[in-house]
Amino acid sequence: MIYREAGQFKTSYAADQQMLPIPMDRWFVIAVVVFAAVVVPLIGSQYWLESILIPVLILSIAALGLNILTGYAGQLSLGTGGFMAAGAYMSYKVATNMPDFMPVWVPVLIGGLFAAGIGIVFGLPSLRIKGFYLAVATLAAQFFLIWLFQAVPWFVNDSLSGVPSTPPMAILGYKVTGAEAQPEPKYLFVLAFTIVLAIVARNMARSRIGRSWMAIRDMDIAAELIGIQPLWTKLSAFAISSFYCGVAGALWSFCYINSVEPTAFSINRSFQILFMVIIGGLGSVLGSFLGAAFIFLLPIFLNNVPAWFGLELATDIVTHIEFMVFGGAIIFFLIVEPHGLARLWQIAKEKLRLWPFPH
Amino acid sequence: MNTTAQMASGQDPTTGAQERKDRIGDVLLRVENITLRFGGVKAINGVSFDIRKGEVRSIIGPNGAGKSSMLNCINGFYQPQEGSIWYNGKTYSPMRPHDAATNGIARTFQNIALFKGMSTLDNIMTGRILKQKASLIEQAFYFGRGKSEEIEHREFVEDIIDFLEIQAIRKTPVGRLPYGLQKRVELGRALAAEPTLLLLDEPMAGMNLEEKEDMSRFIIDVNEHFGTTIALIEHDMGVVMDLSDRLVVLDYGSLLADGTPEEVRGNQAVIDAYLGVAHD
Amino acid sequence: METIATLLGVDPFDLWFFVEVLVGGLMAGVMYSLVALGFVLIFKASSVFNFAQGVMVLFAALNFVGFLDMGIPVWLCFILAMGVMVLLSFVIERVVLRPLVNQPHISLFMATIGIAIFLEGFGEMLWGSSIKPLDVGIPDDVFFLGEAMIQQNDMFAAVVASVLVIALALFFHYTRIGRALRAVADDHQAALSIGIPLNHIWIIVWSVAGFVALVAGIMWGSKLGVQFSLTVLALKALPVLILGGFTSIPGAIVGGLIIGAGEKLSEIYLVDAIQSFYPSFSGAIEEWFAYILALAFLVFRPQGLFGEKIIERV
Repeated sequence: MIYREAGQFKTSYAADQQMLPIPMDRWFVIAVVVFAAVVVPLIGSQYWLESILIPVLILSIAALGLNILTGYAGQLSLGTGGFMAAGAYMSYKVATNMPDFMPVWVPVLIGGLFAAGIGIVFGLPSLRIKGFYLAVATLAAQFFLIWLFQAVPWFVNDSLSGVPSTPPMAILGYKVTGAEAQPEPKYLFVLAFTIVLAIVARNMARSRIGRSWMAIRDMDIAAELIGIQPLWTKLSAFAISSFYCGVAGALWSFCYINSVEPTAFSINRSFQILFMVIIGGLGSVLGSFLGAAFIFLLPIFLNNVPAWFGLELATDIVTHIEFMVFGGAIIFFLIVEPHGLARLWQIAKEKLRLWPFPH
Repeated sequence: MNTTAQMASGQDPTTGAQERKDRIGDVLLRVENITLRFGGVKAINGVSFDIRKGEVRSIIGPNGAGKSSMLNCINGFYQPQEGSIWYNGKTYSPMRPHDAATNGIARTFQNIALFKGMSTLDNIMTGRILKQKASLIEQAFYFGRGKSEEIEHREFVEDIIDFLEIQAIRKTPVGRLPYGLQKRVELGRALAAEPTLLLLDEPMAGMNLEEKEDMSRFIIDVNEHFGTTIALIEHDMGVVMDLSDRLVVLDYGSLLADGTPEEVRGNQAVIDAYLGVAHD
Repeated sequence: METIATLLGVDPFDLWFFVEVLVGGLMAGVMYSLVALGFVLIFKASSVFNFAQGVMVLFAALNFVGFLDMGIPVWLCFILAMGVMVLLSFVIERVVLRPLVNQPHISLFMATIGIAIFLEGFGEMLWGSSIKPLDVGIPDDVFFLGEAMIQQNDMFAAVVASVLVIALALFFHYTRIGRALRAVADDHQAALSIGIPLNHIWIIVWSVAGFVALVAGIMWGSKLGVQFSLTVLALKALPVLILGGFTSIPGAIVGGLIIGAGEKLSEIYLVDAIQSFYPSFSGAIEEWFAYILALAFLVFRPQGLFGEKIIERV
């Protein structure tokens, strides 16, 4: 590693409580963000921006959301897809009915807030049940919500197909949503949401609210006896988690698939996000990004690898292998490294720091 | 019988005792006719006693006498079917966990109940949660009170860490700490709430002599320097007799005796039920 | 929008029509119970909430139908498919359960999601992902109970389920292994201390669950064809468990019946009632009815119909 942690002393608690207390880490993260915001749009091809970076960033937001609920607050959810759908449908409704002068991010945020409200409703059972009971309860959210948005045509302005295209909206004249938008502004729009939401997640994790979540996760009885209210704490986790999922769902519809459709938010989406969180690392912001990238890129990788070796595999075989690899990876991580890729990254850093003198 | 606790606190036994009597004030908490049932089993049967401000009040009795259940009633985890708890001018029947926490009742647990995935620092910081008022937005963007509170409370928590001599494990996840240190962290978390009444459920169970001496010293310091009232459950009779101002003896959920260590030691019923068996 | 009853050209308030819907629902419920039974067996013996049970149903059916297509006689297919399930239990015990012993229940739960995903890919890679019709000679005519039309294969499934439940009850009560299983379900530590080998118990109980899955798979497969969507249907066993309690075999049966009947009746009568106020209501509440019912149940009676209440201690 090019830097050492030894010798980095803090002289105030303020300095010790920064988000990234080691200066080199801080510069590294700033460099990554600058690279992502300035260099990537300049050099990235349309394929990379539209088909890889945008979906990975959006899924990272959803994974952050689920990580808040499952990783930090310890409440297992299989309803992520439903909450994403809530965000997508509500933001569509707002975007198609709001006056033109309203900025683009308004419908996305309203979609998020609507999802947060729905999250609170479906979070209510968490006050009485936990673990896999709660997982089944969140399945109710998944199936009910997907049905609801199809059954009530109001959400899609009574569109006949039921799967309307998302309208184009612009910031400073650059279209950022819909099919005609250029990839660069679209990408930057998604990136801005991702950065802000990641910072907010990190801040919450190190503040009172994050500690309340973790206290409830680790020992709910003791948490209650020191004055943490389970009601407020669990519902806030559901609300904020669903807000993230709702924003992700809205962005998915507006900036990636360019339409609002229920199949994009099926139960399989819920599982996909759960796997991102497990493999990336429960209770880790970094892990949400690593997990999203891993799960999204693995199928693309599996599709391309056989070709490099001159093999031709049928697509359905690749899909089956993908399933097996995911299943295997989940079991592997649960057994070998329950803290996921985020922890592996940390271990790698520690190893590198000692390199080349491991003793 | 010499007094490990008083030796540890470096006090002369006679003057220490006098000073302690002066500090004890009015009644802080009164348990009135508490009866707690689990199904058909009576865990506590019509027990009443009081705790005065500034005193160390011990609850003793054989296993299954209802001691922990009593603490659970006082801080609202169990809600007794009958009776009430008078605390600092108000009657609660029953006490709720949130009432207890907001009124400055903090506790440690018989089987350590720390937040295992969090660091020592974060665990003790949770004790400050009721004193943090920053809004969600301030926390989310780490500005205003969101930032200033974190630093202010961090300073308070660091004082507790110094007091308990656990600076070295500040950022270690508590799940990895040995038992004795976990007990100390748990005490730290209770102290972080600046409690008026501190409930300690077997703080020295499973400790060796040195660890017991350390813990006794912390308890005495907390009681003397912060004036914290302490209700203590402990099986080590030496420690109990030395530390306590008054004792409550429970047996099969009923009150057996109530008084100073000397009175209780001389009580025939207690000797029969408990001390007579424990001593030789 | 027409209601289902009017589409079928019947009066929804006709008694025989009601009976027909009710019986159809109960029979569908039996199918859910068959899947739920597998969950309960594993949960009782190992406190593992086996999310993969639904996929095991599909996997077992895929193997069975695969062997059958090779021209192997039915009875041998059954034995072979059962052999695969036993083998699977060995592998799961060795690769998943043993390394995760003493981990939080929720980790094991997530691991079984991993098993589910893996098996889905594995089964379909072996046998392909097309819909495979399955015919083992289960009668699929209809007969009439009064004026209510009843499917013979539904009736057959109900009989098979009853036989299975009775057989399991006998197995648990009168065999040595059954007693050992019950001991393990009561207290792992105590069972270990009197010399019951936990690893063997796990293999056995997963194999029994595999057997139940195979039977369920054959029943489902004969009715709907062996296909991927069986796993989604099998998810309905989860609300059944919430209703019946995770540890109760009678609970799994009764829960299944309630869910099955409730689902079908509400699809007809509840939708009918809503449509009379709000004609554009599209129905199809079958997708979520079971889950919402379970959710309501969770709020009011979290331990289920037959589960035990747990007192928490500190």
